[in-house]
Amino acid sequence: MQGHGTAAGEESAAQQTRYFVPPPSRWPLVGAVALFCIGLGAAFALNGMLLGPLSLGAGVAILVWMLVGWFRDVIRESRAGSYRAREDMSFRWGMGWFIFSEVMFFAAFFGALYYVRVIALPELGDETHKLLWPDFNPAWPLQTAPGIDAVYQAMGAWGLPAINTAILLSSGGTLTWAHWGMIEGKRSQLAWGLGITVLLGMLFLSLQAYEYHHALSELGLSFASGAYGMTFYMMTGFHGMHVLVGTLILAVIWVRVLRGHFSEHNHFAFEAAAWYWHFVDVVWLLLFVFVYWL
Amino acid sequence: MNIADGTQVASHIQHDKPRGLARWLFATNHKDIGTLYLWFSFAMFISGGVMALGIRAELFSPGLQFWQPELFNQLTTLHGLVMVFGAIMPAFTGLANWMLPLMIGAPDMAFARMNNWSFWLLPPAALLLMISFWVPGGAAAAGWTLYAPLSTQGGMGTDLTIFAIHILGVSSIMGAINIVVTVLNLRAPGMTLMKMPMFAWASLITAYLIIAVMPVLAGVVTMVLTDRHFGTHFFNAAGGGDPVMYQHIFWFFGHPEVYIMALPAFGIVSQVIPTFARKPLFGYTSMVYATSSIAILSFMVWAHHMFTTGMPATAQLFFMYATMLIAVPTGVKVFNWVATMWEGAMTFETPMLFAIGFVMLFTIGGLSGVILSVAAVDIQLQDTYYVVAHFHYVLVAGALFSLFSAVYYWFPKMTGKMYSEKLGQLHFWWSLVWFNITFFPMHFLGLAGMPRRIPDYALQFTDFNAIASVGAFMFGFGQLIFFYNMVRSIRHGQPAPQKPWEGANTLEWAIATPAPYHSFVVAPQLEVGDNGVILEMKGGEHH
Repeated sequence: MQGHGTAAGEESAAQQTRYFVPPPSRWPLVGAVALFCIGLGAAFALNGMLLGPLSLGAGVAILVWMLVGWFRDVIRESRAGSYRAREDMSFRWGMGWFIFSEVMFFAAFFGALYYVRVIALPELGDETHKLLWPDFNPAWPLQTAPGIDAVYQAMGAWGLPAINTAILLSSGGTLTWAHWGMIEGKRSQLAWGLGITVLLGMLFLSLQAYEYHHALSELGLSFASGAYGMTFYMMTGFHGMHVLVGTLILAVIWVRVLRGHFSEHNHFAFEAAAWYWHFVDVVWLLLFVFVYWL
Repeated sequence: MNIADGTQVASHIQHDKPRGLARWLFATNHKDIGTLYLWFSFAMFISGGVMALGIRAELFSPGLQFWQPELFNQLTTLHGLVMVFGAIMPAFTGLANWMLPLMIGAPDMAFARMNNWSFWLLPPAALLLMISFWVPGGAAAAGWTLYAPLSTQGGMGTDLTIFAIHILGVSSIMGAINIVVTVLNLRAPGMTLMKMPMFAWASLITAYLIIAVMPVLAGVVTMVLTDRHFGTHFFNAAGGGDPVMYQHIFWFFGHPEVYIMALPAFGIVSQVIPTFARKPLFGYTSMVYATSSIAILSFMVWAHHMFTTGMPATAQLFFMYATMLIAVPTGVKVFNWVATMWEGAMTFETPMLFAIGFVMLFTIGGLSGVILSVAAVDIQLQDTYYVVAHFHYVLVAGALFSLFSAVYYWFPKMTGKMYSEKLGQLHFWWSLVWFNITFFPMHFLGLAGMPRRIPDYALQFTDFNAIASVGAFMFGFGQLIFFYNMVRSIRHGQPAPQKPWEGANTLEWAIATPAPYHSFVVAPQLEVGDNGVILEMKGGEHH
């Protein structure tokens, strides 16, 4: 058991009479200061004020400090055996609801994409609007925009995006292979599977960066290219940020695995990271179908 | 309990009550965090109230008296944002923090440390909103709904508002996850889902709504931000976007948001009325199903806010009928409250007065809502003072009155003192009278065609506006009675007994007054009746 936690078989949540309540902590307040600096700094920076980048940078630095400190506390508590069956159940519920909130965040952007494609664009291309914008063709993928200068080529689905789809799907496979290693106590399979998953995540991000470079410099496609460009960058961009965060989480878990953390029965941090990774995977599949392909 | 269990965890739980400022800054105790939430919310209630009085002062008579139209628009915008996100929502979260663990037999909230972050994100967000008044161009002035294209123009105040909304969203999502997990996972043995108090049910379903829609709001204001600064055209037809799309996404958040501010109120009233009617809640199970139905329906009615945007008639009819459908579960609730009081041995202490005031006035607001749901009527009344009257009946006489009811009801358990009943009664009657003088005339103004969000108006609207303004100032000053009563009673109030209300029989009244700093450190064994009524309690341990 490596000194942390009790196996699920030893004591069920129903038998557990006490629940772990953490002692007072400074990290929430530090996190609040961080987000204040980030919010204020971002608003000032967007309006060209000198204070902006300073406040933004300070806020990000404080946030990183907070995250490191907070998670260090959580890992110590976990290793000290403070989290048992009932706490484990809380973490499972909590992570599940967090992912649900993420689903709804992406739903807002998918909603915007469908609205634009199904309602806004056909209307902008109809007979009435021909008077205003005679050259506008609403067929998707949009080749231009009604009232702005936008000359670009749309991104095809079967080049890099298809390769990236294969990479992310494989990473889901390697992660599950690592999970089997965890459950069966095969630590080397666990470490290798996790390490490969992190590498695939980084590979995905690199290819995505290359794809953006290609789109900007060769296809002329930018954030300001109207309905096609904005949904393309907004949705793949937010997804990319989630891949970045997921990769960082998996990297931290990998380091913990190398240091001998976790056991066959007690590894929810790993599972939470895996849930998150699979969620990001599913979002990508939807993106591939609705942003790149159809 | 095995021995290792006790020794291992006791050191973590029994940290002493921290002292001084650190107790509040680094809090992980649900009662301390609940207290922070409630005081913060009161401060925001006063700030938003001062803005409201600024609006009513300007509207006392026609012509421009005090503010330029730009500042007037900023006041209406910030009044709405501050009241919704700063006053009402945090107040309900604060009450849930304080009372949920006591009502279901939990030692604390499920994530006590994250709980503190949820709270401490609120002051920075409020600060960003307040700072926005002082930056070039002033605060956001597009109304609390931040409709594009108004919100895609304007100065950096709108940017500050967008980031404040992001932070408020993070705060309320974390708070909501905490509530959901606490209710689902930390109920004491015997406190089953279909027995637990309606307040727990209401908090659970509200939290679910928050997790579902706050991310959507975050998404749509992010689109506003990129439209403003990064060249996107989400809400601009020239690039293939559509300003009406903003309204669709916003109200997909916005209508559930209405129930986020109403469902906890239903929960509070469902605890208070049985206590003072000395009868069990009528139709507990139907209350649970009604609350759930309202939550589900709330996702399908958003476009009733948009009847004048040129929707197809089919869509108008769908949203009209779906909206009317909500009157059914809401009606179930109102009839259940009335049936609970029927033949009850009623007394009328302050919490009960506010609860009955809630039932009466919320029903008026609900019925004007049914009127507005009729698309043909709404096209006439869209963006008039009739709408303003409608939603202030459900938000002030609804949400706010229920909050007063809750604070008076649980004040003895929280502080160990009794509030002044005389001042409480005065506060209620004062608020009831001046509330109606403020908002009832707005129905007439709206029916006569006075638009909302304007600093000046045609002469025929003068009299009712003057009446409403006088009412608003009197209502506002009346809240000082509440403030005085709270502060004085916390310091010099009579000691409260364990159970100050004869008819109260939920779990929080079964423990000492004031509630021990660490309650239910060991969960009790319970036998529970409908609505969380405690039939038998064994064990339980407090420090």
